Amino acid sequence: MRIIVCIKQVPDTTEVAIDEEKGVLRREGVDSRMNPYDLYALETALRIKEQIGAEVIVLSMGPKQAEDVIKQAYYMGADSGYLLSDRKFAGADTLATAYTLALGVKKIGDFDLIITGMQTTDGDTAQVGPAVAEFLNLPHISYVKEIQKVAEDQLIVKTDMQDAIETQKVVLPALITVAKEIYQPRLISYKLKLRAKDRNICVWSYSDLVEVKGLLNDETEFFGLTGSPTQVERIFAPTRNSTKEIWEDQPDVLAEKAISKLKELKIL
Amino acid sequence: MSYLGVNHDKCILCGVCVDSCPFGALKITGKLEVLDSCRLCKVCIKVCPEKALSVAEGSLTKSDLSSYRNVLVFAEQRDGELAGVVFELIGKGRELADKLGEQLNVVLLGHKTESMVEQLSKYPVDSIFVYDHQELTYYRPQPYASALEDLISHIKPSIFLIGATHVGRSLAPRIATRLRTGLTADCTVIDVKPNGELVQIRPAFGGNVMAQIVTPNHRPQFATVRPKVMQAAELAPSHPTQVIYRELEPEKLLSNISFLSIEPKPKETSITEADILICVGRGLRKAEDLAIVEELAEKLGGMVAVTRPLVEAGWAPQTRQVGLSGRTVRPKLFIACGVSGAIQMVAGMSGSEYIIAINKDRNAPIFEVAHLGLVGDMYEILPALVEELGRTLTKSKESR
Repeated sequence: MRIIVCIKQVPDTTEVAIDEEKGVLRREGVDSRMNPYDLYALETALRIKEQIGAEVIVLSMGPKQAEDVIKQAYYMGADSGYLLSDRKFAGADTLATAYTLALGVKKIGDFDLIITGMQTTDGDTAQVGPAVAEFLNLPHISYVKEIQKVAEDQLIVKTDMQDAIETQKVVLPALITVAKEIYQPRLISYKLKLRAKDRNICVWSYSDLVEVKGLLNDETEFFGLTGSPTQVERIFAPTRNSTKEIWEDQPDVLAEKAISKLKELKIL
Repeated sequence: MSYLGVNHDKCILCGVCVDSCPFGALKITGKLEVLDSCRLCKVCIKVCPEKALSVAEGSLTKSDLSSYRNVLVFAEQRDGELAGVVFELIGKGRELADKLGEQLNVVLLGHKTESMVEQLSKYPVDSIFVYDHQELTYYRPQPYASALEDLISHIKPSIFLIGATHVGRSLAPRIATRLRTGLTADCTVIDVKPNGELVQIRPAFGGNVMAQIVTPNHRPQFATVRPKVMQAAELAPSHPTQVIYRELEPEKLLSNISFLSIEPKPKETSITEADILICVGRGLRKAEDLAIVEELAEKLGGMVAVTRPLVEAGWAPQTRQVGLSGRTVRPKLFIACGVSGAIQMVAGMSGSEYIIAINKDRNAPIFEVAHLGLVGDMYEILPALVEELGRTLTKSKESR
């Protein structure tokens, strides 16, 4: 079985500062890490590898320094890695990101299963996984919390649909996005680190991906900022609930006022 | 149709064209943007030092965009029951449609949909489009996306809203990608400009940043909307609603996914997942009194959490404990009753969206972190809250 795991490098913290004047994020001096949700995706692939044997391929899009998260995946047990990196890919929204990743998958070629994290910690959209599946015309299952059975040609999973737990069988190839409950991700192995020290990371640029463009049956290109249908008009800091109130009164008066306050705030 | 084309790879954002434009039709917002006021006078093309501007022939012209009209809302359902967010989307969708002088339509996918259609028709909806097939009983991405694709190519809505539930967040990217249009996730504020452009505001970076997003050149403008943020629609039985049934070809209903079992989720979940938490501390006199707290939690649809002393006393399991040595929670509403507000406890709940503290001691540290402090005895205030909720909940049920 060949499994492709999509991973992303994200800022190490969600405590990001906004440059109020320019209306952009201050990215300087912020460390990066692998999107924490992707650790669960990678772990899922590695468990399948241990169970029935599989080649685990990681795929990422990002600047050159995103090689770090691919190396980290090697140190956890991934077999090979691909980075899609080009100035033309920058500023992509979820559609453009998914398009670029889907072309990366097409160029890698054969695969049985794609696994992604449930969402990222920077964008929080949870959209890229399903969008990749649509570009590749694959079935997808989101929020998988348990792999019940895995075979070369099919997968049985439990998925959390909020009001119900569904057990679904999917015929491969397919894409799944996994929730945190699925497995505890392993730590980096020192042994694997030594072994993967010189392992190559394959970097593909715009010209590499354009070659396989025809495989998605789409004339239009969706790369980077220009290929993104959505545009960020502005970013700003959320207004904090800075109003602090302390009330002293009869219990029934307090209760009435508190409930109408909660309704006013649409919490109830 | 011609339009002013920008080669963003060549554009260096120097702003020369912006200054030269006699119509004020150029704007730099992270990249160069051409506004509707462009008359194609070509002044900018001449002044651009990078030759990044040209007259282009486009596929999506303004007249193409304006062929898309009306607001469409997705009616998520399970086992014949509509999701709560549907009524919130109808409320917001109605508001947007009225602002634009357009229609609000709803699409319902499922099987045995009669009672849901009837329920929806009591709301201020202009048309309900129904796809009733056995294969659509439960959500599966590809058949659902095919049904929505069929409808959208037929009625061409300008705006499409889906609830940001697990189903919505799985389905929306699927259909947006199929239509090659933009999608904004998990919006908490939605509005519309007079020109019909949808303003989508959403949190990112775990809520530390808000982003305002538009989809200027693609239709439909597509957003998932966070549940429990928008005001639910009021009933409007006199509003005329048309019901239109549509069929999908059998091959579009096929899926490689089949269901082996579907179990309703047990109510007992982790306190980290609850939207509403009632947390009780040392102010509680004996274990039996937890019943008062439970009653309020039940009325609010929330869960009971506790602080460490109660776990140590054996009154509650450790899985219910909030704080450094327990769980970190960030519910929408956190009510701390008889909790002093020790720093180890506060560390586990200070990220909550709205915090109410109930304490006898006016100087308790918990009032420092609370948005709303109620000074008084929890043994008096909690029953009063239960009573007040009983009153208002019956009222809102009657009005349904």
